[in-house]
Amino acid sequence: MSILQVQQLSVALPTGGDRPEAVSDVSFEVHPKEILCLVGESGSGKSVIAQAIMGLLPKTLPVSRGSIQLEGEELNGARQARIRELRGARMAMIFQEPMTALNPVMRCGAQIEEVLRFHGQHAAGARRQKVLDLLREVALPEPERILASYPHQLSGGQRQRIMIAMALALEPVLLIADEPTTALDVTTQAQILNLILELQKKHGMGVLFITHDFGVVAEIAHRVAVLREGQLVEMGAKHDVLQRPRHEYTRMLIRAVPTLEPHSREARSDAKVVLTTTNLSKTYAERGWFGSRREVRAASDVNLELRKGQTLGIVGESGSGKSTVARCIVRLLKPSAGEIRLGGADLARMTPRALRPLRRRVQIVFQDPYRSLNPRRSVGQALIEGPLNYGVPRAEALERARRLLALVKLDPDVLDRYPHQFSGGQRQRICIARALALEPELLVADEAVSALDVSVQAQVLALLEEIRTRLDLAMLFITHDLRVAAQVCNHVAVMQHGRIVEYGPAREMFLAPRHEYTRALFAAAPGRGYAFGG
Amino acid sequence: MVLQNWSVRIGGVALLVLIVLATAAPWLGTVDPTLFDAASRDLKPGAAGEIMTLEGEVLKHTFLMGSDSFGRDIYSRVLYGTRVSLLVGIASALVALAFGVVCGLGAGYLRWLDGPLMRVMDGVMAIPAILIAIAVVALWRASLPTVIVAIAIPEIPRVTRLVRSLVLSIREEPYVEAAVALGTPTGKIMFGHILPNTVAPLLVQGTYICAFAILLESILSFLGVGLPPDIPTWGNIMAEGRVQFVAYPHNVFFPGVFLAATVLAVNILGDGLRDTLDPKMAKRV
Repeated sequence: MSILQVQQLSVALPTGGDRPEAVSDVSFEVHPKEILCLVGESGSGKSVIAQAIMGLLPKTLPVSRGSIQLEGEELNGARQARIRELRGARMAMIFQEPMTALNPVMRCGAQIEEVLRFHGQHAAGARRQKVLDLLREVALPEPERILASYPHQLSGGQRQRIMIAMALALEPVLLIADEPTTALDVTTQAQILNLILELQKKHGMGVLFITHDFGVVAEIAHRVAVLREGQLVEMGAKHDVLQRPRHEYTRMLIRAVPTLEPHSREARSDAKVVLTTTNLSKTYAERGWFGSRREVRAASDVNLELRKGQTLGIVGESGSGKSTVARCIVRLLKPSAGEIRLGGADLARMTPRALRPLRRRVQIVFQDPYRSLNPRRSVGQALIEGPLNYGVPRAEALERARRLLALVKLDPDVLDRYPHQFSGGQRQRICIARALALEPELLVADEAVSALDVSVQAQVLALLEEIRTRLDLAMLFITHDLRVAAQVCNHVAVMQHGRIVEYGPAREMFLAPRHEYTRALFAAAPGRGYAFGG
Repeated sequence: MVLQNWSVRIGGVALLVLIVLATAAPWLGTVDPTLFDAASRDLKPGAAGEIMTLEGEVLKHTFLMGSDSFGRDIYSRVLYGTRVSLLVGIASALVALAFGVVCGLGAGYLRWLDGPLMRVMDGVMAIPAILIAIAVVALWRASLPTVIVAIAIPEIPRVTRLVRSLVLSIREEPYVEAAVALGTPTGKIMFGHILPNTVAPLLVQGTYICAFAILLESILSFLGVGLPPDIPTWGNIMAEGRVQFVAYPHNVFFPGVFLAATVLAVNILGDGLRDTLDPKMAKRV
């Protein structure tokens, strides 16, 4: 018998949404000892399904039809009090962002204990022992110390382990995991996925695992269900779906997953050098009250060289200093030491006044397309801002803006529209066009495709590649995703703790990584070595 | 979307009615609010009486809200007082916003200015608003501009703090960094990129200042340190009626009702604007 049975589930969207229902007629089952992966792009309704099961839907999104049965008990229309009893006890959920899912002013131990207390489990004395057991079970080091820590004192991976311990506290039969590793670094992600697999086997739980990442699916799933705009388009065993997808949409998604195979791409070593950094360092100093100083070295002794027409990737996990290097090169930050040579000029020591004429030669595209455009300025205003700053007449700047929109494959007539009228991928195209409006020599892409859905990501990557060859640009590509780096980079620098640990041609590094950390990164990449079909 | 909010509708309509009353005062059966007639002293509301114009002409007049101890028509004085109150409220809000925005943008975006400027603002905030206002009026002659400035000054630090906190979060937005990378001069970034994104919360803050300014003006007039007694304001009328409050409560009652209604209308409008324009500050429904 299945532990969770969802039949013909539909959830209505408020009127005025882009479609009448967030989820339409979705049916699936989760069996005991099984991991069902619910895969879909943003807006596909996968989180709505999880919330519907847990009874956490906001009032604006009511379940309009269908049934949800947990161990044969109907949840749709059940009393709130009953759902509250089942939550935690029979079904539990872990979330994407453990920092916001944990209460910041409560010690972690107390938060886990609360679950036991509210469900009337264990005597007060025994609870502490149970919490310690749970912390040991999720493989947290020094459980005694963790018990007394606040969430901010732990790392992201540790926080997610706390969430998992909390979810497991009452031995639920169903665990819902809503993108539990998306906010984590790749090496941490691998550990958490292993932990979930291990615990699932040990406790024989059914797991509903929600993700957008086919690499993760390949690692963890038994069965896969693919969602598109609220409808289930394909469901089946993992190998069937990943290797012989039947639906066109699934095929498209799987094709869009970048592979770890580096593209063979001849790197001309005689091209003109655009950028060199010599011992580039950035140190943040915190001055204490009594003269004590604490220094944080965000980047130290970074040496890079980038030639015209080439792409240099900087790969690293969060806190590795990769974005600091990018910001120093664009001079949004002032480096503490070292040189940044762009052509002949050293940008590192320049005053803001001397820097202004040089800014046009280096442009940047940011990660978050929703925050990169001023919501109160039209696309046209955004695109002509740069050229107007450098004295290009308005008519000519507008003409250039139209050409750029065509270059990034958008309709040139959208100049009067505002950013909220565009999707994430379209906004990122606008940001690229804005950066190109100044005809830079160097384009810095700081995690420029990380926030995008996989199908859109593939399109934007192709666009960046096309622009680089067409305009013979030098590109500095910052990413945490090795697969993305494999697609676009000639050279790759791997950063850890503010230092470059390995630097060389992409092909050589991907085939034979030398540094231990690089190898760890490769080993952690989800779905490596899985032969996707399509 | 803004007009669908009931708070905005109710507050807006009430305020509109007050503005109409204030501008159309001469045609709403009023007489010159400074006229007095010893024969028509201390009339009850609705009583008929006579009042002599400056030219010596005697008019038949119904004292809708009664008359005061000089024989002046309270109704006329309250309506003309509405003009003063709304003018002081709106002008003070504009002055406070203008200075507060400039200071807040400077403190928020130019780091070197932040420390010194905010310490000055802290200093101003440490003095009660009413004391600053009294001091300013005492320094200069009590006139309309003086009172407006006197009421606006204690509000400037509050606006500055609000704008500064908004700027501190907006300056970290990638679109501001993109503008820096595009070579946009600092002034253009401050006024072209950051300022437009602070407008919604500022509008809301503006209505609160407006309501507070109307109150403060009445308080100053009531205490006798505001506008001179020959200008009819709600505070003045109440101050003069205060001594006879037990015998003739209408002297205080009617201007008091207008004052309360106006402040309430402006505050309701502000709450509605906050809920519609500024989802971050909106109370959860």
